[in-house]
Amino acid sequence: MDKHKEISFDGPPIVIENLCKSFGVRTILDKFNLTVGKEENVVILGKYGAGKSVLIKCIIGLLRPDSGKINVLGNDVLSLDHEELDKVRTKIGFLFQGNAIYDSMSIRENLEFPLRRHWFKKSQQEIDAMVMEALQNVKLAHTIDMMPSELSGGMQKRVALARTMILNPEVILYDEPTTGLDPVTARDIDGLILELQQKYHTSSIIISHDMSCVKNTADRVVLLLDGKCYTEGTYEQLEHSADEKIKQFFE
Amino acid sequence: MAFAPRLRLLLKETGNIAAFAGHFVVIGSRPRYEIKEFLKQCFVIGYKSFGLVALTGFIMGLVLTMQLQPFLISYGVDSQLPAMVGIAIIREIGPVVTALIYAGKIGSSIGAELGSMKVTEQIDAMEVSGTNPFRYLVATRIVAATLMLPVLTLLGNAISLFGAFVGVNLKTTTGFHLFFAEAFQQLGYIDIIPSVVKTFFFGFAVGLIGSYKGYNSGIGTQGVGKAANTAVVIASVLIFIIDLLAVQITNLFSVI
Repeated sequence: MDKHKEISFDGPPIVIENLCKSFGVRTILDKFNLTVGKEENVVILGKYGAGKSVLIKCIIGLLRPDSGKINVLGNDVLSLDHEELDKVRTKIGFLFQGNAIYDSMSIRENLEFPLRRHWFKKSQQEIDAMVMEALQNVKLAHTIDMMPSELSGGMQKRVALARTMILNPEVILYDEPTTGLDPVTARDIDGLILELQQKYHTSSIIISHDMSCVKNTADRVVLLLDGKCYTEGTYEQLEHSADEKIKQFFE
Repeated sequence: MAFAPRLRLLLKETGNIAAFAGHFVVIGSRPRYEIKEFLKQCFVIGYKSFGLVALTGFIMGLVLTMQLQPFLISYGVDSQLPAMVGIAIIREIGPVVTALIYAGKIGSSIGAELGSMKVTEQIDAMEVSGTNPFRYLVATRIVAATLMLPVLTLLGNAISLFGAFVGVNLKTTTGFHLFFAEAFQQLGYIDIIPSVVKTFFFGFAVGLIGSYKGYNSGIGTQGVGKAANTAVVIASVLIFIIDLLAVQITNLFSVI
């Protein structure tokens, strides 16, 4: 898949400045700032309802923030029209917490779907090869003609990961990739995230409160508290912090 | 709940449905056209509903005849039975009953399908993969629902008349050609054209309401159930309102 890769931007892939988002009177993000470097895995750590998922949904344009700036691969996401945003989205992968696999389609059709939308000039042989490569990456080539309902939760997560990677994105947003999985499967998913990141040189934001996932995947951890970046550092730095608010995540 | 807040809620919902319909016109009229998904929906909505429409149509014609026949015999006008059944089925009962069955089957299925896709973030997944979910999911379903109901109604009417023919022959003997000749003798374009035209509006209402409720369903399985249920209720009420309007408009052009 590397042959399709075109690095389109040399600066930091994601830059977020003073991002604010409220739902009614409840403030979720309050002047939040974040920069993700090239080929960096940034884990956003926070409690349930802290606004982690809201943050990445703002990045990909599923939610519109109240104010602030979001720059992805040199594009000001908030100023783009729908067509321009769709173009940028082809360079962003998004792994949903609940996988969001289309349950009326087979695994093959699920993986073909984004390819056919964007690369409709590709021949069927090329599409077949890309689908097979994506499934081989997650070690599920044998499931190609199965329906999502025939797969276990862990397998569905891996199929979702394969679909996320199929357009060869430069940036990947993971929404709680290991939530609801057993520890062994969760470790497998962590391994796959790192493996694919090294293979395709992607930059990622990983939303998680699974400390094992945080430890395994993070180059840098950002703690989101009260809508702001409370602190950031490596896993080890935060693990040994004396701050009570940070310590509660590592106990 | 007091009357004023209910009225406000009703007006707000009506406004939202109108805005949704407007969005459908804007999005649906622009390329890219999702032909493959549209044809798939025609198959799901049209072909897969045919069995149910055929069965209910046949029973409807049969029962209508069995109810009318003794009454007409007692007045000595049983020879008018095919014409009476023909007018009743073609003008009113056929389109309305088929549309109500269609609302129950298709309205709920679209509402539940889109609702569950929303709850499981499949609609969001479609959007982040660069596909306009409104165009792909909603526009195709509304157009397919609009176009398939007239076809189903025509077939349902034909089967219903056949049911009436069977019903007549349970007590008396009437030839196939004679029955249908008499059934169509009293029917004119003023009967047939409005009854076909209104089914396009019935189909549009079913597709629109099913899609609106599913696309805007609440969170969780309860939200999906509610979306499916309210889609059927609102679409059914709309069918009667459209029918009432259609009758009024038709009467303006009627010579009798």
